[in-house]
Amino acid sequence: MWKTILRRFLIMIPEVIILSLLVFLLAKAMPGDPFTGSINPKADPQQIKHLMRMNGLYDPWYQQYWNWVVHLFHGNLGNSYQYQEPVTRLIEGRAGNTLWLALFTMILTYVFALPMGVFAGRHEGKLPDTIIRVYTYVTYCIPFFVILVIGIWIFGYVLGWFPTTGSISSDASGWLHTVGSRFYHILLPGLLGALFGTVNIVQYLRSEVIDAKHSDYVRTARSKGVPNRDIYLHHIFRNSLLPIAAFAGYSITGLLNGSIFTETVFSYPGMGLLFVNSISYRDYTVITALVLIYGILNLLGTLLSDIILSIVDPRIRIE
Amino acid sequence: MAENFEQHSDISAADLARLSQEAQAEATPSTAKIIWSEFKADRPAMAALFIIVGFIVFVMVGALFIDTPKMMETNIMAYFNQPFTPEFWLGADSGGRSVAKQLIVGSRNSIGIAIGLTIISSTFGICWGLISGYFNGYIDWGMQRVYDFMMMLPMTMMIIVLVTIIPHYNSVTLTFIFSIFYWEGTSRLIRSRTLAESEKDYVAASRTSGTSHWKIIFREIMPNISSLIIVDCTLSFAENIGVETGLSYLGFGLPSQTPSLGTMISNANDPNNITQYWWTWLPAALEIIILCLAISYVGQVLRRAADASQRQGAAD
Repeated sequence: MWKTILRRFLIMIPEVIILSLLVFLLAKAMPGDPFTGSINPKADPQQIKHLMRMNGLYDPWYQQYWNWVVHLFHGNLGNSYQYQEPVTRLIEGRAGNTLWLALFTMILTYVFALPMGVFAGRHEGKLPDTIIRVYTYVTYCIPFFVILVIGIWIFGYVLGWFPTTGSISSDASGWLHTVGSRFYHILLPGLLGALFGTVNIVQYLRSEVIDAKHSDYVRTARSKGVPNRDIYLHHIFRNSLLPIAAFAGYSITGLLNGSIFTETVFSYPGMGLLFVNSISYRDYTVITALVLIYGILNLLGTLLSDIILSIVDPRIRIE
Repeated sequence: MAENFEQHSDISAADLARLSQEAQAEATPSTAKIIWSEFKADRPAMAALFIIVGFIVFVMVGALFIDTPKMMETNIMAYFNQPFTPEFWLGADSGGRSVAKQLIVGSRNSIGIAIGLTIISSTFGICWGLISGYFNGYIDWGMQRVYDFMMMLPMTMMIIVLVTIIPHYNSVTLTFIFSIFYWEGTSRLIRSRTLAESEKDYVAASRTSGTSHWKIIFREIMPNISSLIIVDCTLSFAENIGVETGLSYLGFGLPSQTPSLGTMISNANDPNNITQYWWTWLPAALEIIILCLAISYVGQVLRRAADASQRQGAAD
């Protein structure tokens, strides 16, 4: 068990190193330098060159990479050109919004998907199963950003039920009101994300339930006279709970990638929208920091899933 | 044995011909035949297929008759022209450009990129999966690590970053950039099937009789999983339509002077457009939805055809 986790960690190390190298080289390939925007345009070019040499921008690339990594470990990701403030502080303010939205979407996804999966598996081949299958199929194949646009059009603009921009209303005051307003702002994107993101969990759970229905332990329970409802709730469902939980890690990575679209459509000030804005302003320090953060979060998400799966399935473990 | 059989066989030539005809009729029909009978059994699938093929042919041919630079010229007289007028069937956008014409050219661009992306990324993914699954051991381990690494990269972000770094890009370079990141799903699927397939007896027999690895992979294993490949290509085609349009929607896909379904939907980013001038973006959104639904429906039918236990069409 621990060996598996340890090995998984060891594999992670070169991945992170390669990711950081890739991000660093991409940042180097981008036009502009760290003084763009912060220096008087009338400054003497000689002086700028001197500044750049002082800051090590003419050093060989491996030296620069090393400096960058050292700064990274000190929590120094540089300054944003656009906002003229440290990138870490800038991202700190946005990360919470993105993570709350992702967490909320994930919880809602499970709330919708678990009953649907069990229900579809229980009534395999009958009408409810067909309806759920059509539903998952329709939600799966439509590109998510189209759903977001149509969702905000219908529920945000035409019906006016939900706010269409921001993460909190400007006149929110008091603890309860603030939390309520925040919740109100993530409700529509969360609902849309959850309703259209159930397909993996539903399909997995459905096939698990169908397999379990014909297994020996269910037959034993049935012959003991356990009510049908309890068999599904306490025997079958509990058994498939852990592998289902393992999906959480993967769905985090999916939600993070989707956050770029969600936050753009809803003008929701999170990391995804920050990324899109930074690209428009060619704000490279922010871009590299965000790519790095998203990569590491993806990595942690898959790590989480793999660890849960190795707990569940002894075949994956190495001894 | 053979002599014995000939001596005692009293089957006439006519009977033999009839028997072999019967045997042929009872033999497993070809993949194309199975797929066709599956479509014949499922009317909506047939309709979906005709919609897709007809639509693609229509936009490809229709776009040839439209002068794109002239179409993209601003015409202030037609500023937000109402739809359903004789000159502008679907109205005009903020620049007075015809939405209907943009829709045709945009569909051509978006579908073209999706087709190109499907061909490139699927070819690469199939080769990757086949090689990784067939050569178990170190090669597979190494290729799996590359796969893991690619999965870790934040895809959308990487594509956007690459698009901004490359100074002059067009639809071809864009297709290649997308292809770098969209082969993983296919490769994983193909690898798992290849792993199962290379355990089978026919592969072992070929190997012992000295057939080269490449011949076993591409002439023996690949035809055996061809149905899976067809299904996967169809489904990833539906997905790939969302890839380019999504990026263009964010403003990092095709350049702004090249119409795309995604750039048309991005008209909805303006609060005025989204409510008052719905015709500038809604047709493109509906088109994507219908197209994706139809393509994946066809994909579902192909999947049924690939799995003998689910077939609905009588194989005749």
